[in-house]
Amino acid sequence: MMSEHLDFFYGDFQALLDISLEFYENEVTALIGPSGCGKSTLLRCLNRMNDLIPYSRAEGKILLDNENIYEPDVDVVTLRRRIGMVFQKPNPFPKSVFDNVGYGLRVNGVKDKANIASKVEQSLKRAALWDEVKDRLYDSALGLSGGQQQRLCIARAMAVEPEVLLMDEPCSALDPIATQKIEELINQLKENYTIIIVTHNMQQAARVSDITAFFYLGKLIEVGETDALFTRPKLKETEDYITGRFG
Amino acid sequence: MPKRLQKELEKIKKRILSLGGMVEERVSMAKRAIDSIDRTLANQIMKTDYEIDELEVEVEEECLKILALHQPVAVDLRFLVAVIKINNDLERIGDQAVNIAERVENISKRPRLDLSLDYEHMAEKATSMLRMSLDALVNLDLDLAFQVLTLDDEVDHMEREMYDYIKEEIRKKPDAAGYLINFLFISRHLERIGDHSTNIAEEVIYLIEGEIVRHGRWDGGREKPRS
Repeated sequence: MMSEHLDFFYGDFQALLDISLEFYENEVTALIGPSGCGKSTLLRCLNRMNDLIPYSRAEGKILLDNENIYEPDVDVVTLRRRIGMVFQKPNPFPKSVFDNVGYGLRVNGVKDKANIASKVEQSLKRAALWDEVKDRLYDSALGLSGGQQQRLCIARAMAVEPEVLLMDEPCSALDPIATQKIEELINQLKENYTIIIVTHNMQQAARVSDITAFFYLGKLIEVGETDALFTRPKLKETEDYITGRFG
Repeated sequence: MPKRLQKELEKIKKRILSLGGMVEERVSMAKRAIDSIDRTLANQIMKTDYEIDELEVEVEEECLKILALHQPVAVDLRFLVAVIKINNDLERIGDQAVNIAERVENISKRPRLDLSLDYEHMAEKATSMLRMSLDALVNLDLDLAFQVLTLDDEVDHMEREMYDYIKEEIRKKPDAAGYLINFLFISRHLERIGDHSTNIAEEVIYLIEGEIVRHGRWDGGREKPRS
Protein backbone atom coordinates (compact mmCIF):
# COMPACT_ATOMS: atom_id res chain seq x y z
CA MET A 1 0.00 0.00 0.00
CA MET A 2 1.29 3.51 -0.70
CA SER A 3 0.36 7.15 -0.88
CA GLU A 4 1.49 9.23 -3.84
CA HIS A 5 1.68 13.02 -3.63
CA LEU A 6 -1.22 13.07 -1.24
CA ASP A 7 -2.63 16.45 -0.18
CA PHE A 8 -5.50 16.69 2.23
CA PHE A 9 -7.62 19.70 3.12
CA TYR A 10 -10.09 20.44 5.90
CA GLY A 11 -11.90 23.33 4.19
CA ASP A 12 -9.14 25.85 3.44
CA PHE A 13 -6.68 24.31 5.82
CA GLN A 14 -4.18 21.97 4.23
CA ALA A 15 -3.48 19.19 6.74
CA LEU A 16 -1.25 17.01 4.54
CA LEU A 17 1.29 18.26 2.01
CA ASP A 18 2.53 16.04 -0.78
CA ILE A 19 2.85 12.81 1.19
CA SER A 20 4.46 9.95 -0.72
CA LEU A 21 5.00 6.99 1.54
CA GLU A 22 5.08 3.26 1.01
CA PHE A 23 3.74 0.79 3.56
CA TYR A 24 5.31 -2.62 3.23
CA GLU A 25 3.59 -5.96 3.56
CA ASN A 26 4.18 -7.87 6.80
CA GLU A 27 5.79 -4.87 8.38
CA VAL A 28 4.64 -2.43 11.01
CA THR A 29 4.93 1.24 10.06
CA ALA A 30 4.65 3.76 12.89
CA LEU A 31 3.54 7.33 12.22
CA ILE A 32 4.89 9.74 14.81
CA GLY A 33 4.90 13.48 15.32
CA PRO A 34 3.42 16.17 17.55
CA SER A 35 -0.31 16.81 17.76
CA GLY A 36 -1.65 18.34 14.59
CA CYS A 37 1.18 17.05 12.42
CA GLY A 38 -1.19 15.11 10.18
CA LYS A 39 -0.38 11.56 11.20
CA SER A 40 -3.97 10.67 12.19
CA THR A 41 -5.31 12.46 9.13
CA LEU A 42 -3.07 10.30 6.95
CA LEU A 43 -4.18 7.15 8.77
CA ARG A 44 -7.83 8.08 8.21
CA CYS A 45 -7.15 8.80 4.54
CA LEU A 46 -5.90 5.25 4.12
CA ASN A 47 -9.40 3.77 4.43
CA ARG A 48 -11.27 6.93 3.49
CA MET A 49 -12.61 7.54 6.98
CA ASN A 50 -12.08 11.23 6.25
CA ASP A 51 -14.86 11.06 3.65
CA LEU A 52 -17.21 11.47 6.61
CA ILE A 53 -15.81 14.91 7.43
CA PRO A 54 -17.69 17.74 5.70
CA TYR A 55 -15.72 20.18 3.49
CA SER A 56 -12.72 17.89 3.41
CA ARG A 57 -10.99 16.71 0.27
CA ALA A 58 -8.03 14.62 -0.76
CA GLU A 59 -5.81 15.12 -3.81
CA GLY A 60 -3.19 12.71 -5.04
CA LYS A 61 -3.41 8.95 -4.83
CA ILE A 62 -3.50 6.15 -2.32
CA LEU A 63 -2.75 2.84 -3.95
CA LEU A 64 -3.83 -0.53 -2.63
CA ASP A 65 -2.58 -3.30 -4.90
CA ASN A 66 -1.82 -0.63 -7.49
CA GLU A 67 -5.41 0.67 -7.53
CA ASN A 68 -6.24 4.17 -6.38
CA ILE A 69 -8.72 3.93 -3.52
CA TYR A 70 -9.95 7.46 -4.28
CA GLU A 71 -11.33 6.49 -7.70
CA PRO A 72 -15.05 7.36 -7.81
CA ASP A 73 -16.12 3.78 -8.49
CA VAL A 74 -14.48 2.38 -5.36
CA ASP A 75 -16.98 0.95 -2.89
CA VAL A 76 -15.92 2.26 0.52
CA VAL A 77 -17.63 -0.58 2.42
CA THR A 78 -15.54 -3.12 0.53
CA LEU A 79 -12.50 -0.90 0.94
CA ARG A 80 -12.93 -0.75 4.71
CA ARG A 81 -13.29 -4.52 4.80
CA ARG A 82 -9.89 -4.75 3.15
CA ILE A 83 -8.42 -2.06 5.37
CA GLY A 84 -9.52 -2.55 8.98
CA MET A 85 -9.18 -0.01 11.73
CA VAL A 86 -8.72 -0.05 15.49
CA PHE A 87 -9.34 3.16 17.38
CA GLN A 88 -7.85 4.95 20.34
CA LYS A 89 -10.59 4.00 22.77
CA PRO A 90 -11.98 0.48 22.66
CA ASN A 91 -15.42 0.85 21.11
CA PRO A 92 -17.22 -2.49 21.34
CA PHE A 93 -20.87 -2.56 20.33
CA PRO A 94 -23.33 -3.03 23.21
CA LYS A 95 -23.73 -6.62 22.13
CA SER A 96 -22.29 -9.97 23.18
CA VAL A 97 -18.64 -10.82 22.66
CA PHE A 98 -19.65 -13.23 19.90
CA ASP A 99 -21.88 -10.74 18.09
CA ASN A 100 -19.21 -8.06 18.20
CA VAL A 101 -16.80 -10.23 16.27
CA GLY A 102 -19.47 -11.72 14.00
CA TYR A 103 -20.97 -8.34 13.15
CA GLY A 104 -18.71 -7.48 10.25
CA LEU A 105 -19.27 -10.88 8.68
CA ARG A 106 -23.05 -10.51 8.88
CA VAL A 107 -22.88 -6.99 7.41
CA ASN A 108 -20.83 -8.43 4.59
CA GLY A 109 -23.57 -10.97 3.91
CA VAL A 110 -22.18 -14.11 5.53
CA LYS A 111 -25.15 -16.16 6.71
CA ASP A 112 -23.75 -19.62 7.41
CA LYS A 113 -23.77 -19.88 11.23
CA ALA A 114 -21.08 -22.54 11.42
CA ASN A 115 -18.84 -20.42 9.23
CA ILE A 116 -19.45 -17.35 11.40
CA ALA A 117 -18.76 -19.34 14.58
CA SER A 118 -15.48 -20.66 13.23
CA LYS A 119 -14.36 -17.20 12.03
CA VAL A 120 -15.26 -15.69 15.41
CA GLU A 121 -13.21 -18.33 17.22
CA GLN A 122 -10.29 -17.92 14.84
CA SER A 123 -10.31 -14.13 15.19
CA LEU A 124 -10.50 -14.25 18.98
CA LYS A 125 -7.61 -16.69 19.00
CA ARG A 126 -5.55 -14.46 16.73
CA ALA A 127 -6.29 -11.51 18.97
CA ALA A 128 -5.03 -13.57 21.94
CA LEU A 129 -8.40 -13.21 23.66
CA TRP A 130 -10.03 -16.62 23.13
CA ASP A 131 -8.86 -18.24 26.37
CA GLU A 132 -10.17 -15.32 28.40
CA VAL A 133 -13.62 -15.13 26.80
CA LYS A 134 -14.44 -18.62 25.52
CA ASP A 135 -16.74 -19.28 28.49
CA ARG A 136 -18.52 -15.94 28.25
CA LEU A 137 -19.04 -15.53 24.51
CA TYR A 138 -22.65 -14.53 24.99
CA ASP A 139 -22.06 -12.05 27.82
CA SER A 140 -22.01 -8.36 27.01
CA ALA A 141 -18.71 -7.12 25.58
CA LEU A 142 -19.04 -4.07 27.80
CA GLY A 143 -18.28 -6.28 30.81
CA LEU A 144 -14.72 -6.93 29.56
CA SER A 145 -11.73 -4.97 30.85
CA GLY A 146 -10.31 -2.11 28.75
CA GLY A 147 -7.47 -4.26 27.45
CA GLN A 148 -9.82 -7.12 26.62
CA GLN A 149 -12.20 -4.72 24.87
CA GLN A 150 -9.35 -3.41 22.73
CA ARG A 151 -8.31 -6.94 21.77
CA LEU A 152 -11.97 -7.62 21.00
CA CYS A 153 -11.94 -4.65 18.64
CA ILE A 154 -8.83 -6.07 16.99
CA ALA A 155 -10.57 -9.44 16.68
CA ARG A 156 -13.60 -7.69 15.20
CA ALA A 157 -11.40 -5.92 12.67
CA MET A 158 -9.68 -9.20 11.75
CA ALA A 159 -12.86 -11.28 11.38
CA VAL A 160 -13.52 -9.83 7.93
CA GLU A 161 -9.94 -10.75 6.92
CA PRO A 162 -8.56 -7.38 5.96
CA GLU A 163 -5.21 -6.95 4.22
CA VAL A 164 -4.19 -3.86 6.12
CA LEU A 165 -4.78 -2.99 9.76
CA LEU A 166 -4.79 0.67 10.79
CA MET A 167 -4.33 1.43 14.47
CA ASP A 168 -4.92 4.87 15.89
CA GLU A 169 -3.24 5.07 19.31
CA PRO A 170 -4.49 1.59 20.19
CA CYS A 171 -2.93 1.55 23.66
CA SER A 172 -3.43 5.09 24.88
CA ALA A 173 -6.36 4.11 27.09
CA LEU A 174 -4.74 0.94 28.41
CA ASP A 175 -2.61 0.05 31.42
CA PRO A 176 0.98 -1.21 30.92
CA ILE A 177 0.05 -4.90 31.08
CA ALA A 178 -2.76 -4.56 28.54
CA THR A 179 -0.41 -2.41 26.42
CA GLN A 180 2.21 -5.13 26.49
CA LYS A 181 -0.36 -7.69 25.32
CA ILE A 182 -1.45 -5.48 22.42
CA GLU A 183 2.18 -4.86 21.46
CA GLU A 184 2.92 -8.59 21.46
CA LEU A 185 -0.20 -9.09 19.41
CA ILE A 186 0.92 -6.49 16.85
CA ASN A 187 4.17 -8.36 16.55
CA GLN A 188 2.34 -11.62 15.80
CA LEU A 189 -0.21 -10.03 13.49
CA LYS A 190 2.36 -8.55 11.18
CA GLU A 191 3.05 -12.04 9.85
CA ASN A 192 -0.33 -11.82 8.12
CA TYR A 193 -1.05 -8.13 7.75
CA THR A 194 0.38 -4.80 6.78
CA ILE A 195 0.06 -2.75 9.97
CA ILE A 196 0.13 1.03 10.24
CA ILE A 197 0.05 2.51 13.71
CA VAL A 198 -0.24 6.07 14.97
CA THR A 199 1.24 6.55 18.40
CA HIS A 200 2.25 9.39 20.67
CA ASN A 201 4.32 6.99 22.70
CA MET A 202 7.75 7.08 21.17
CA GLN A 203 9.00 4.07 23.07
CA GLN A 204 6.02 2.16 21.73
CA ALA A 205 6.84 3.20 18.17
CA ALA A 206 10.42 2.06 18.79
CA ARG A 207 9.29 -1.27 20.23
CA VAL A 208 6.61 -2.35 17.78
CA SER A 209 7.47 -0.92 14.41
CA ASP A 210 9.90 -1.84 11.64
CA ILE A 211 9.60 1.50 9.85
CA THR A 212 8.99 4.87 11.45
CA ALA A 213 7.76 7.98 9.65
CA PHE A 214 8.04 11.37 11.34
CA PHE A 215 5.54 14.08 10.44
CA TYR A 216 5.55 17.76 11.25
CA LEU A 217 3.12 20.47 10.14
CA GLY A 218 1.52 18.18 7.60
CA LYS A 219 4.79 17.16 5.99
CA LEU A 220 6.62 13.86 6.00
CA ILE A 221 10.00 14.89 7.43
CA GLU A 222 11.87 11.62 7.68
CA VAL A 223 11.13 7.97 7.17
CA GLY A 224 13.45 5.07 7.81
CA GLU A 225 14.06 1.82 9.59
CA THR A 226 12.99 2.24 13.18
CA ASP A 227 16.26 1.12 14.76
CA ALA A 228 18.26 3.61 12.68
CA LEU A 229 15.78 6.45 13.17
CA PHE A 230 15.90 6.10 16.93
CA THR A 231 19.67 5.82 17.21
CA ARG A 232 20.88 8.14 14.46
CA PRO A 233 18.15 10.10 12.73
CA LYS A 234 19.32 11.87 9.59
CA LEU A 235 17.59 15.18 10.20
CA LYS A 236 17.84 17.57 13.10
CA GLU A 237 14.05 18.06 13.24
CA THR A 238 13.58 14.34 13.83
CA GLU A 239 16.30 14.26 16.46
CA ASP A 240 14.82 17.29 18.25
CA TYR A 241 11.41 15.66 18.33
CA ILE A 242 12.39 12.19 19.50
CA THR A 243 14.79 13.51 22.13
CA GLY A 244 12.18 15.95 23.45
CA ARG A 245 14.13 19.09 22.52
CA PHE A 246 11.23 20.16 20.42
CA GLY A 247 9.92 23.73 20.66
CA MET B 1 10.88 15.48 31.27
CA PRO B 2 13.24 16.46 28.46
CA LYS B 3 14.54 19.40 30.48
CA ARG B 4 15.24 17.12 33.40
CA LEU B 5 16.96 14.70 31.07
CA GLN B 6 19.10 17.53 29.68
CA LYS B 7 20.09 18.53 33.21
CA GLU B 8 21.00 14.96 34.08
CA LEU B 9 23.07 14.66 30.90
CA GLU B 10 24.86 17.92 31.72
CA LYS B 11 25.67 16.56 35.17
CA ILE B 12 27.05 13.36 33.66
CA LYS B 13 29.15 15.36 31.23
CA LYS B 14 30.70 17.35 34.07
CA ARG B 15 31.44 14.18 35.98
CA ILE B 16 33.07 12.34 33.09
CA LEU B 17 35.18 15.41 32.42
CA SER B 18 36.30 15.65 36.01
CA LEU B 19 37.16 11.94 35.86
CA GLY B 20 39.07 12.71 32.66
CA GLY B 21 40.95 15.51 34.41
CA MET B 22 41.80 13.24 37.31
CA VAL B 23 43.10 10.50 35.00
CA GLU B 24 45.09 13.02 32.95
CA GLU B 25 46.76 14.18 36.15
CA ARG B 26 47.68 10.57 37.09
CA VAL B 27 49.18 9.95 33.66
CA SER B 28 51.23 13.12 33.87
CA MET B 29 52.40 12.07 37.37
CA ALA B 30 53.37 8.68 35.92
CA LYS B 31 55.32 10.44 33.18
CA ARG B 32 57.23 12.50 35.75
CA ALA B 33 57.79 9.41 37.89
CA ILE B 34 59.43 7.63 34.94
CA ASP B 35 61.58 10.66 34.12
CA SER B 36 63.12 10.88 37.55
CA ILE B 37 62.41 7.35 38.85
CA ASP B 38 60.56 9.09 41.67
CA ARG B 39 59.38 6.55 44.23
CA THR B 40 57.36 9.04 46.26
CA LEU B 41 55.39 10.13 43.23
CA ALA B 42 54.87 6.49 42.24
CA ASN B 43 53.47 5.76 45.71
CA GLN B 44 51.15 8.69 45.47
CA ILE B 45 49.71 7.33 42.19
CA MET B 46 49.13 3.92 43.74
CA LYS B 47 47.54 5.32 46.90
CA THR B 48 45.07 7.59 45.12
CA ASP B 49 43.81 5.18 42.45
CA TYR B 50 40.75 4.40 44.59
CA GLU B 51 39.45 7.94 43.84
CA ILE B 52 39.29 7.12 40.14
CA ASP B 53 37.65 3.77 40.83
CA GLU B 54 34.99 5.38 43.01
CA LEU B 55 34.18 8.09 40.50
CA GLU B 56 34.00 5.48 37.72
CA VAL B 57 31.38 3.51 39.65
CA GLU B 58 29.42 6.69 40.39
CA VAL B 59 29.37 7.72 36.72
CA GLU B 60 28.23 4.25 35.67
CA GLU B 61 25.45 4.19 38.25
CA GLU B 62 24.25 7.61 37.10
CA CYS B 63 24.22 6.47 33.46
CA LEU B 64 22.21 3.36 34.32
CA LYS B 65 19.77 5.48 36.30
CA ILE B 66 19.22 7.82 33.35
CA LEU B 67 18.78 4.89 30.95
CA ALA B 68 16.13 3.34 33.22
CA LEU B 69 14.27 6.54 34.05
CA HIS B 70 14.40 8.50 30.81
CA GLN B 71 14.92 5.91 28.06
CA PRO B 72 16.87 8.36 25.92
CA VAL B 73 17.11 8.00 22.15
CA ALA B 74 19.21 9.32 19.26
CA VAL B 75 22.02 11.70 20.27
CA ASP B 76 21.16 11.39 23.97
CA LEU B 77 21.37 7.61 23.78
CA ARG B 78 24.63 7.76 21.85
CA PHE B 79 26.02 10.18 24.41
CA LEU B 80 25.19 7.88 27.31
CA VAL B 81 26.57 4.79 25.59
CA ALA B 82 29.73 6.73 24.74
CA VAL B 83 30.08 7.92 28.33
CA ILE B 84 29.64 4.40 29.73
CA LYS B 85 32.45 3.17 27.49
CA ILE B 86 34.71 6.21 27.93
CA ASN B 87 34.23 5.88 31.69
CA ASN B 88 35.59 2.36 31.51
CA ASP B 89 38.53 3.41 29.34
CA LEU B 90 39.43 6.23 31.72
CA GLU B 91 39.43 3.87 34.67
CA ARG B 92 41.69 1.47 32.76
CA ILE B 93 44.06 4.34 31.91
CA GLY B 94 44.19 5.08 35.65
CA ASP B 95 45.15 1.43 36.17
CA GLN B 96 47.93 1.77 33.59
CA ALA B 97 49.29 4.76 35.54
CA VAL B 98 49.33 2.51 38.63
CA ASN B 99 51.09 -0.25 36.68
CA ILE B 100 53.74 2.25 35.57
CA ALA B 101 54.10 3.43 39.18
CA GLU B 102 54.70 -0.17 40.31
CA ARG B 103 57.42 -0.57 37.70
CA VAL B 104 59.02 2.72 38.71
CA GLU B 105 59.02 1.55 42.33
CA ASN B 106 60.64 -1.72 41.29
CA ILE B 107 63.28 0.06 39.21
CA SER B 108 64.03 2.46 42.07
CA LYS B 109 65.03 -0.46 44.31
CA ARG B 110 67.72 -1.69 41.90
CA PRO B 111 71.04 -0.23 40.89
CA ARG B 112 70.70 2.01 37.86
CA LEU B 113 71.99 1.06 34.44
CA ASP B 114 72.91 3.57 31.85
CA LEU B 115 70.29 3.13 29.09
CA SER B 116 69.46 5.30 26.14
CA LEU B 117 65.67 4.96 26.36
CA ASP B 118 63.54 7.90 25.33
CA TYR B 119 60.41 7.47 27.42
CA GLU B 120 59.74 11.15 27.54
CA HIS B 121 58.77 11.24 23.91
CA MET B 122 56.52 8.20 24.11
CA ALA B 123 54.90 9.30 27.37
CA GLU B 124 54.33 12.75 25.87
CA LYS B 125 52.60 11.18 22.84
CA ALA B 126 50.37 8.99 25.01
CA THR B 127 49.50 11.93 27.27
CA SER B 128 48.61 14.16 24.37
CA MET B 129 46.46 11.39 22.85
CA LEU B 130 44.51 11.29 26.10
CA ARG B 131 44.24 15.07 26.24
CA MET B 132 43.14 15.31 22.61
CA SER B 133 40.52 12.59 23.00
CA LEU B 134 39.06 14.39 26.02
CA ASP B 135 39.12 17.74 24.19
CA ALA B 136 37.36 16.05 21.27
CA LEU B 137 34.69 14.91 23.73
CA VAL B 138 34.28 18.36 25.29
CA ASN B 139 34.07 20.20 21.97
CA LEU B 140 32.53 17.35 19.94
CA ASP B 141 35.46 17.82 17.58
CA LEU B 142 35.47 15.14 14.91
CA ASP B 143 38.79 16.20 13.34
CA LEU B 144 40.59 16.03 16.64
CA ALA B 145 39.13 12.59 17.33
CA PHE B 146 40.46 11.35 14.00
CA GLN B 147 43.91 12.82 14.76
CA VAL B 148 44.04 10.64 17.87
CA LEU B 149 43.55 7.56 15.71
CA THR B 150 46.58 8.45 13.59
CA LEU B 151 48.75 9.15 16.64
CA ASP B 152 48.06 5.64 17.89
CA ASP B 153 50.13 4.21 15.04
CA GLU B 154 53.10 6.34 16.14
CA VAL B 155 52.87 5.13 19.73
CA ASP B 156 52.62 1.52 18.53
CA HIS B 157 55.74 2.08 16.45
CA MET B 158 57.61 3.50 19.44
CA GLU B 159 56.66 0.48 21.52
CA ARG B 160 58.10 -1.86 18.90
CA GLU B 161 61.35 0.14 18.88
CA MET B 162 61.52 -0.06 22.68
CA TYR B 163 60.93 -3.78 22.49
CA ASP B 164 63.79 -4.29 20.04
CA TYR B 165 66.13 -2.11 22.06
CA ILE B 166 65.35 -3.82 25.38
CA LYS B 167 65.62 -7.28 23.83
CA GLU B 168 69.07 -6.33 22.62
CA GLU B 169 70.06 -4.97 26.04
CA ILE B 170 68.88 -8.18 27.73
CA ARG B 171 71.00 -10.18 25.32
CA LYS B 172 74.00 -8.01 26.19
CA LYS B 173 73.34 -7.95 29.97
CA PRO B 174 71.45 -11.13 30.84
CA ASP B 175 72.05 -10.57 34.57
CA ALA B 176 70.03 -7.36 34.37
CA ALA B 177 67.04 -9.02 32.67
CA GLY B 178 64.79 -8.50 35.73
CA TYR B 179 65.63 -4.81 35.81
CA LEU B 180 65.25 -4.31 32.06
CA ILE B 181 61.90 -6.07 31.85
CA ASN B 182 60.44 -3.28 33.98
CA PHE B 183 61.17 -0.88 31.12
CA LEU B 184 59.58 -3.23 28.64
CA PHE B 185 56.45 -3.18 30.77
CA ILE B 186 56.48 0.60 31.00
CA SER B 187 56.47 0.92 27.22
CA ARG B 188 53.67 -1.64 27.12
CA HIS B 189 51.63 0.37 29.66
CA LEU B 190 52.18 3.61 27.73
CA GLU B 191 51.07 1.89 24.56
CA ARG B 192 47.92 0.71 26.35
CA ILE B 193 47.20 4.30 27.41
CA GLY B 194 47.37 5.17 23.71
CA ASP B 195 44.95 2.33 22.94
CA HIS B 196 42.42 3.43 25.53
CA SER B 197 42.69 7.03 24.30
CA THR B 198 42.01 5.72 20.80
CA ASN B 199 38.91 3.96 22.15
CA ILE B 200 37.75 7.25 23.66
CA ALA B 201 38.27 9.03 20.33
CA GLU B 202 36.32 6.27 18.56
CA GLU B 203 33.48 6.71 21.02
CA VAL B 204 33.49 10.45 20.35
CA ILE B 205 33.23 9.72 16.61
CA TYR B 206 30.31 7.38 17.32
CA LEU B 207 28.68 10.04 19.46
CA ILE B 208 28.94 12.65 16.70
CA GLU B 209 28.41 10.53 13.60
CA GLY B 210 26.43 7.55 14.84
CA GLU B 211 28.96 5.32 13.06
CA ILE B 212 30.99 2.67 14.83
CA VAL B 213 34.57 3.08 13.58
CA ARG B 214 36.25 0.43 15.73
CA HIS B 215 38.16 -2.44 14.14
CA GLY B 216 38.63 -0.48 10.92
CA ARG B 217 34.87 -0.30 10.37
CA TRP B 218 35.01 3.08 8.73
CA ASP B 219 33.04 3.43 5.52
CA GLY B 220 35.93 4.31 3.23
CA GLY B 221 33.59 5.90 0.70
CA ARG B 222 32.96 8.81 3.00
CA GLU B 223 35.11 11.75 3.64
CA LYS B 224 36.92 11.15 6.89
CA PRO B 225 37.65 14.25 8.93
CA ARG B 226 35.11 17.03 8.54
CA SER B 227 35.99 20.62 9.09
